[in-house]
Amino acid sequence: MHRPLLIAAALALTGAALTFAGTALAQTKSAADGIAEYRRMLEDGNPAELFEAKGEDLWKQKRGPKNATLQACDLGKGPGVVKGAFVELPRYFADTQKVQDLESRLVSCMATLQGFNAAEIAATPFGRGEQNNVTALATWVAGESRGQRFNLPQGHEQERKSYEIGKRVFFFRGGPMDFSCASCHSVDGQRIRLQDLPNLTKNPGDGVGFAAWPAYRVSNGQMWSMQLRLNDCFRQQRLPYPGFGSDVTVSLSTYMGVNAKGAQSIAPGLKR
Amino acid sequence: MQTRREMIAHSAQVAGLLAAAGLLPTAAQAAWSQAAFDARTLADATKALGGSAPIESKDVTVTGPDIAENGAVVPVACATTLPGVKRLLLLVEKNPSVLAAVFDVSDAVDATFSTRVKMGQSSNVFAVAMMADGKVLYAAKEIKVTLGGCGG
Amino acid sequence: MADPMRIRAQAAGDKTTVRVLMNHEMETGQRKDTAGKTIPAWFIQEVTALHNGKTVLTAQWGPSVAKNPFLQFAVKGAKAGDKITINWLDNRGDKRSDEATVT
Repeated sequence: MHRPLLIAAALALTGAALTFAGTALAQTKSAADGIAEYRRMLEDGNPAELFEAKGEDLWKQKRGPKNATLQACDLGKGPGVVKGAFVELPRYFADTQKVQDLESRLVSCMATLQGFNAAEIAATPFGRGEQNNVTALATWVAGESRGQRFNLPQGHEQERKSYEIGKRVFFFRGGPMDFSCASCHSVDGQRIRLQDLPNLTKNPGDGVGFAAWPAYRVSNGQMWSMQLRLNDCFRQQRLPYPGFGSDVTVSLSTYMGVNAKGAQSIAPGLKR
Repeated sequence: MQTRREMIAHSAQVAGLLAAAGLLPTAAQAAWSQAAFDARTLADATKALGGSAPIESKDVTVTGPDIAENGAVVPVACATTLPGVKRLLLLVEKNPSVLAAVFDVSDAVDATFSTRVKMGQSSNVFAVAMMADGKVLYAAKEIKVTLGGCGG
Repeated sequence: MADPMRIRAQAAGDKTTVRVLMNHEMETGQRKDTAGKTIPAWFIQEVTALHNGKTVLTAQWGPSVAKNPFLQFAVKGAKAGDKITINWLDNRGDKRSDEATVT
């Protein structure tokens, strides 16, 4: 009657070995799991909602020298159509004859409809004055496309040109560190400290990269739009900032946005 | 289950005792206690709020992530299943400002509160239940912080 | 007056979960600005919650509470249509009051 005993013992040992291996595996995974759990715990109650609410109020409020609302603003899908607009930007606009991203388009509307000075807003630093309002508006407009998939138009020649310029800018190396966007964002599986660096030369997935902004950054408690995100990228590359709403920044958004075709937007998101 | 009248009478009794001992803040229970928020330890904070020495208890829970990616925003919760709790506190042991929040528990709310704290570094987070019978019970959880969250 | 709060109150059975997001810097008073001067402490000190006008929760906060604070608690016996009011008062004497209907 030793046979069953031996088998039982062997099974017990295997079981113990597997459990031990399981624990070891659990330990090495736990840092990544821990971060994932932390991010999940913050999903409910994203402070970005505060900016969304403010943006919605600003859209409907009579403001500026012309004392008008933004409700007639055309974000690409017709005057006043907000739902679905975010996932089709940047795009070409016939009235300004250029490709515009969400923020530069909002500023155009603030100028034409409300009488604000577009150049003045563009020159205002992020986090001050009307720039705060632009950020709040962008947050709300983005939120109105929550869950929709990116589908930037490329039918107009200017839109295709914007994409090609964006690609060149993306790979342009410069500055004292010889950095380009591609230095961090052109391969899979890269990471800087604990932050994953999405590959922006293709669709990096739902809610990632272009699909994750605007986002509330907990580290500084600030609401960041894509224009501000790009501003910070240039700063990190030790390159001078090209300017709010500039062709360079818009074309980068076109490049990333077209590459992200089909990715689901989670904006406004939550970031470190 | 205590009736509202019984609870008020009991509270009045306890308040009377605390007042007699000179431990009750001059305004109502809801007044902001400088002494408690200046305290540098769990024991000093609870003492400033009129409580006895804290005792660890499995009936008090503190929840939060094991690791916070950024110490600027750490979701934490304090709770107890014990009846007769008057206050629930949240403290971050290694913060310059140790006492983070004090919740006055009424019979109209659950004895569970969630909020978010700033943590300057990896530290223990305490949930404390101050009971009607004067007992002070606590639970601790270590939360690791990868990047300190007090700004600058 | 400060920017509005976001309050969500959802009833499930005889309990209503209230989630609040408040707009506030919650400055600790520990930080220094670029000139080396200490940025003064500025934070919410008192929070009260009312259910149909009756106070159900009072809380005292310190500067360790995070910026743009979040608060979640559960009110017993609240039902759809009831009013939840949240008030806060900060150390500068600024205050804010917002209301939401239980859904």
